Amino acid sequence: MSIRERLSGNEAAATAMKQINPDVVAAFPITPSTEIPQYFSTFVSNGQVDTEFVAVESEHSAMSACIGAESAGARAMTATSANGLSLMWEMIYIASSLRLPIVMSLVNRAVSGPLNIHNDHSDAMGVRDSGWIMLFSENNQEAYDNLLMAHRIAEHKDVLLPLMVCQDGFITSHSIENIELLEDDKVKGFVGKYSPEHYLLNNKEPIAVGPLDLQSYLFEHKFQQAEAMRNAKKVILEVSQEFEKLTGRKYSFFEEYKMEDAELVVVCMNSTVGTTKAVVDDLRNNGVKAGLLKVRVFRPFPTLEIANALSNAKAIAVLDKADSLNASGGALFEDVVSGMYVNNKNVPTVNYVYGIGGRDTTTKDIQSVYTDLKEIAETKNIGNPYRYLGVRLVNNERRI
Amino acid sequence: MIDKNTPVDDLTIGGNIYEAGNSIKFKTGDWRSIAPKYIPENCKQCGLCFPVCPDDAIPVGKDQKRGDFNYDYCKGCGVCAKVCPFKAIVME
Amino acid sequence: MAYNLKEIVADKPSRFKSGHRMCAGCGAPIVARMVLRALKNEDHAVIANATGCMEVSTFIYPYTAWSDSYIHTAFECAAATLSGAEAAYQSMKRQGKLPKDVTTKFIAFGGDGGTYDIGLQSLSGAMERGHDMVYVCYDNGAYMNTGIQRSSATPHFADTTTTPAGSVVPGKMQPRKDLTEIMVGHHIPYVAQTVPINNFKDLYEKSEKAIYTEGPAFLNVLAPCPRGWGYPTDDLLQMNKLAVETCYWPLYEVIDGKYKINYKPAKKLPVEEFLKPQRRFKHMFKSGNEWMIEAFQKETDSRWEALLKLEEITNRY
Repeated sequence: MSIRERLSGNEAAATAMKQINPDVVAAFPITPSTEIPQYFSTFVSNGQVDTEFVAVESEHSAMSACIGAESAGARAMTATSANGLSLMWEMIYIASSLRLPIVMSLVNRAVSGPLNIHNDHSDAMGVRDSGWIMLFSENNQEAYDNLLMAHRIAEHKDVLLPLMVCQDGFITSHSIENIELLEDDKVKGFVGKYSPEHYLLNNKEPIAVGPLDLQSYLFEHKFQQAEAMRNAKKVILEVSQEFEKLTGRKYSFFEEYKMEDAELVVVCMNSTVGTTKAVVDDLRNNGVKAGLLKVRVFRPFPTLEIANALSNAKAIAVLDKADSLNASGGALFEDVVSGMYVNNKNVPTVNYVYGIGGRDTTTKDIQSVYTDLKEIAETKNIGNPYRYLGVRLVNNERRI
Repeated sequence: MIDKNTPVDDLTIGGNIYEAGNSIKFKTGDWRSIAPKYIPENCKQCGLCFPVCPDDAIPVGKDQKRGDFNYDYCKGCGVCAKVCPFKAIVME
Repeated sequence: MAYNLKEIVADKPSRFKSGHRMCAGCGAPIVARMVLRALKNEDHAVIANATGCMEVSTFIYPYTAWSDSYIHTAFECAAATLSGAEAAYQSMKRQGKLPKDVTTKFIAFGGDGGTYDIGLQSLSGAMERGHDMVYVCYDNGAYMNTGIQRSSATPHFADTTTTPAGSVVPGKMQPRKDLTEIMVGHHIPYVAQTVPINNFKDLYEKSEKAIYTEGPAFLNVLAPCPRGWGYPTDDLLQMNKLAVETCYWPLYEVIDGKYKINYKPAKKLPVEEFLKPQRRFKHMFKSGNEWMIEAFQKETDSRWEALLKLEEITNRY
């Protein structure tokens, strides 16, 4: 029997970490993820976990210590947000290049500057090409579930890549919701033991980690990483299926919400999905064939699967909670449209950059997107593909 | 053995090496432009040269006595000759 | 047990192997090798290395010169990286996930760039947190790996590629930062400054104490760079000796806050003796620049005097 609880997103993440009981946690506080190491330190102080908690002096050191610990043969975890992740950036790449299945809880927040502590996805988007598996979570339940699946995916011998579980700062991290928890022993059984093949603390086989890797080798090592990311797709599905058997909760690369006959489709991630579901329900009640595609697995990006899922739509809006500042589209948009193009699916698609710096995104905002999509579907004219939602503009037409 | 022709699937992941100390397979002796010569008859086995070689090219046996240079690695820096008080090492 | 160099070299095989690609006559390999010789043969070590000369020339894929476990991550975080490995050891040992009868020691190596400058925060954090590890700085007094740029360890007036001795600015205009003292300020159990001279006794004994003292320890070891300093490669040990005899690089240790100066020259040599053989100080010997040598001497003297006082004060009680 699962346990019914009411937890905030941060509590959910910390609870998952407690049940996983990693060997080492190294973390540095930063809003809005601070509570995770706080809750976790309490578990340590009260002897509820076997973990060595390293209260580092910076996020750069947090990731460095996680790398040291994971290389040493330990399960290492951390949590951060925004500028914390920015400071880790160098080590983020090193963690994945060393093929270390470190797991991070990333509570998404706007990256400075100017300084802002509220939610958007600019932190996650800054590391999207760093070789980490990236799972996004609509709500507290998913933040918890994704963390429970994380090690199984990351530590798989065909993968061996670090993994981050994203959730929206404040919106889910600080909102208390109903949640179903697994019993400790079930988590223990599901997550399993970590037994790396090679590790620093093995005195019988000393190893060397992190070479100078010159022209004759770096390309191949990067190819291996790319291959591991490709392999992760299969592993993610296998682990998700096993998790479903255990919990009844179904996960895949993405969730298709009322997509069977959907003509007007929104693609988005994390908490905005909840808002969008409410709008879709409303539109469906009014006879509008609205649908939603919620991306859960952003890295590896399920290009073909998404292209197929969207192929019957008449108009698509991709919502990006980070501006790529590239005089072009946001990151999710670019991934979706390039996937569509490569797979020969031609559906009018527009991009909305929205919710920057914690700007509220209401059902009314999302409704306006579907209204725009209806017009695009009818006129076949996409107008400006690079749109903004919720920014104070005099004229939201061509601004590029 | 890994070299620049090793296919991608046969390379260790992440650039890890599981054979600690395998640099001994990489010879650095050809860096040398001048070489130390060991003159055993002058050597008092004082030990001063044992630890000064950056390249560990002075073999010391269990009997605590040094042997001739290991020219596979000696880069010819001359530090050993300079510390020898007995002219048991000359550079040539 | 009395120090016996021949016995140590004979009984303890080198853990830092030949075939590395550091420059001929480099001052750093002899430091690393002797530090590691202070390990008991039966003990395993995990070594972390900051990016720098030592790292890029000892672990070039697919060859490693280290016969213990070794990790390099980045420039500024050898201490943080090693602290993670040490935390893993503590945790896994406590949980019974590692063999009971195997002792692992944790040693970091970084140059002055990776230690005095870019890695100072990471080092300070790791030392303050109390990890059972030793951090060894091999101080060659500039960023040698990237081509002799100044660091905060670069001596006053030295000519480097970012403080070139020019007609207006005669080299590095700031005195050297005293990292050893900064580490003493961390109130860790063991801090020492040393250099390989004579039969390496000072270096070996300090390494042994640093490694086998429980808790964090720091060693600052001078490691001349023939290319960066501008002296003939064979003068390595002479450089080390002059640094000590002029009191430019005093040999001392601080055990639980008490200073002990390990060598007090009966007759302190003038700093010119140390400066003169080095190309980086050549401009100081041009006529009209005598003030630079005087200033250097004054600085060296005042630091030495301060050290003598610290020894006196901290041993009073």
